[in-house]
Amino acid sequence: MIQIEKVNKWYGSYHALVDVTESVAKGEVVVVCGPSGSGKSTLIRTLNRLEPIQSGRIVIDGVDAHGPRVKLNAFRSHIGFVFQQFNLFPHITVLENCTLAPTRLRGLKPSEARDEALALLDRVGLAAKARAYPGELSGGQQQRVAIARALAMRPPLMLFDEPTSALDPEMVGEVLLVMRDLARDGMTMVCVTHEMGFARDVADRVLFMDEGKVLERAAPGEFFARPEHPRLQQFLSDIRTPFPQAA
Amino acid sequence: MIELIDTYWLYFLVGQYPHGPLGGLALTLILAVLGLLFAFPLGLVFGIARVSPWRSVRWPVSTLIQVVRGTPLLMVVFWAYFFLPSLTGQNTNQFWTMLTALVVFDAAYLAEIIRAGIQGIGKGQTESARSLGFSYLDAMRLVILPQVVRNMLPSLVNQFVATIKETSLGYIIGLTEVSFIATQTNTQVLTKPAEVYLLLGLTYFILCFGLSRFAFWLERHLQQRTMAKAHA
Amino acid sequence: MTPLFDLDLLLTGTYHDWLVAGLITSLSLTGISLALALPLAIIIALIRLSPVKVLQWSGFAFVEAIRNVPLLAHMLFWYFGAPELLPTALREWLYARNIEATSAIIALTLYTAAYMSEDVRSGIRSIPGQQFEAARALGFSFVASMRLVVLPQALRVTIPPLISQTLNLWKDTSIATVIGVAELMYQAAKVESATFRSFEALAVASACYLGMSLLITGAAGWYQGRFPVRTA
Ligand SMILES: Nc1ncnc2c1ncn2[C@@H]1O[C@H](COP(=O)(O)OP(=O)(O)OP(=O)(O)O)[C@@H](O)[C@H]1O
Ligand SMILES: [Mg+2]
Repeated sequence: MIQIEKVNKWYGSYHALVDVTESVAKGEVVVVCGPSGSGKSTLIRTLNRLEPIQSGRIVIDGVDAHGPRVKLNAFRSHIGFVFQQFNLFPHITVLENCTLAPTRLRGLKPSEARDEALALLDRVGLAAKARAYPGELSGGQQQRVAIARALAMRPPLMLFDEPTSALDPEMVGEVLLVMRDLARDGMTMVCVTHEMGFARDVADRVLFMDEGKVLERAAPGEFFARPEHPRLQQFLSDIRTPFPQAA
Repeated sequence: MIELIDTYWLYFLVGQYPHGPLGGLALTLILAVLGLLFAFPLGLVFGIARVSPWRSVRWPVSTLIQVVRGTPLLMVVFWAYFFLPSLTGQNTNQFWTMLTALVVFDAAYLAEIIRAGIQGIGKGQTESARSLGFSYLDAMRLVILPQVVRNMLPSLVNQFVATIKETSLGYIIGLTEVSFIATQTNTQVLTKPAEVYLLLGLTYFILCFGLSRFAFWLERHLQQRTMAKAHA
Repeated sequence: MTPLFDLDLLLTGTYHDWLVAGLITSLSLTGISLALALPLAIIIALIRLSPVKVLQWSGFAFVEAIRNVPLLAHMLFWYFGAPELLPTALREWLYARNIEATSAIIALTLYTAAYMSEDVRSGIRSIPGQQFEAARALGFSFVASMRLVVLPQALRVTIPPLISQTLNLWKDTSIATVIGVAELMYQAAKVESATFRSFEALAVASACYLGMSLLITGAAGWYQGRFPVRTA
């Protein structure tokens, strides 16, 4: 479903992605992890062309994402993207957040869009909040709405950029639950996350990035039990002991 | 002062109307309302152009705005006064001259308010709209601008106050708005210039102060509502 | 045949001298009013920040009374109205001198000071009290804490808006035309009626206004680049 071939990206003179080559099959769940500043967000944002690349190719569902002829808006509407900061539209209700794009871009009738949106909100456990404004919800609830909003475009592929990092710890679980549910239904997903429990249980494959390179890729069992690259060993031991100096 | 008000209040409010053209405070208000009304869509277009990703759109509009903001309104009025007739091919009366000047001038100022509003909305909103598949202009129209316009309501009321004050420059081209009427009154009464102009000042004050307070209240009200929402 | 656009007429000779004299008058009005308005603004700001309720209230009343009345009405009052309130001898004395410029400077000074005092006030209020406490905790005296910690920060916040008020002052001097001060706008109109060269006269005056405005905007940009506001 996704082919990434020798992708390079620079921010000015900073080489943010170095010769990244990966592929993701249909129905696969891939988790990307790595230290801060390693290029995880950059990589996932190049997939729906929120960031341009300077060389290489990204093909999604047969479409060259960075090619000159791609119909960018139609292309993006087939990829769900969930941000760390939720980015719900604060001036309209939760329900309207979920119907705005389907009515305008999928050409649904308002009543159809409404029914679909309510079903999705029910799926993420927030049907009761349909009439609320985003500002009236907790962080976890907002992020679940953001997932429903993305799903409302019926994308075959969902991208998540640290969807739980801006949440209070007690709200992380509810969002991960929704993501697990999606994975179980066979959604193709690429998730940047530090939730290693999620990676172990749900991912088909885990990628480790550092300094713009993908240093290791493996099924979660391998990845956690027998990390090969010394950087990954270091990374895993760091996240297992939150205060390495004190330990 | 009471005597003055007693004799001239109607003249102050509407000028010579109905025996002559409408003037006075009524004309001041009509000019200000129309000025802002016509300036708003123009300011919106300019403001959006100011933050446009395309240089060829951004650059000429930015230059125009810089030029207008660096020029006194009186200068703009004079330009309109001397050159509007040759531009439109017919005699322009003072009303249209002043209105044109106000619209051009206010549009440049509104554009800056709108630009600041757009830039204050945060990149995440555009990004999430674009990631859903909306075009740049749709993201602007459906997601960014509704928020900008709501946030700028207080600034809009303040701009209305500014516009009311600006209409006083119509005096110079002989437009019979309230400052001009005050001077006419002064030449008729002759003995009470201080009172006449105090009355003029008081008239503006009541109007503008009332509106500024309203803007202040509106700002606090909007702020409290967002805060109440965030804490709910 | 006379050329369509003849700037030479205004670049030398009598008309040129008129315009230059106007420019100098405009610059003088700006300079004098600025010099008077700045200290007045600081005093008003301090009055509004004082703990005494009556003082706070009168500061507020002063600022609002001035800001909510157009500058043109201020000028009319100080020129036509206020002298009538003076004793005859003093009035005669004033009329023998430059009453126009005096009225204009009073109006410009009060108007500018009202706006500037608000900038000064919010500049001072923008520095959190903890900054002062932190300096005292390090062992600095009151004066040293103010001079080394609080004021440098407050100035950075206050100077850019003060510069933009200066820009407004510069443009506002054009309104002195109304009461017959021979500043740039007045002289441009005079040249216009003497030569019927509307376009050239207005173009030269506009260029002067715009040039000075750009200088002032440039100064603001330079200052913000040189002394950016930093927060921890
Ligand atoms: N717009 C930008 N301009 C310049 N440099 C950038 C920009 N965005 C990111 N970078 C740099 O690129 C590198 C990779 O950033 P990226 O956001 O992809 O990291 P990340 O792995 O997502 O980190 P985090 O876990 O902190 O989110 C960082 O060093 C960052 O400073
Ligand atoms: Mg990131």
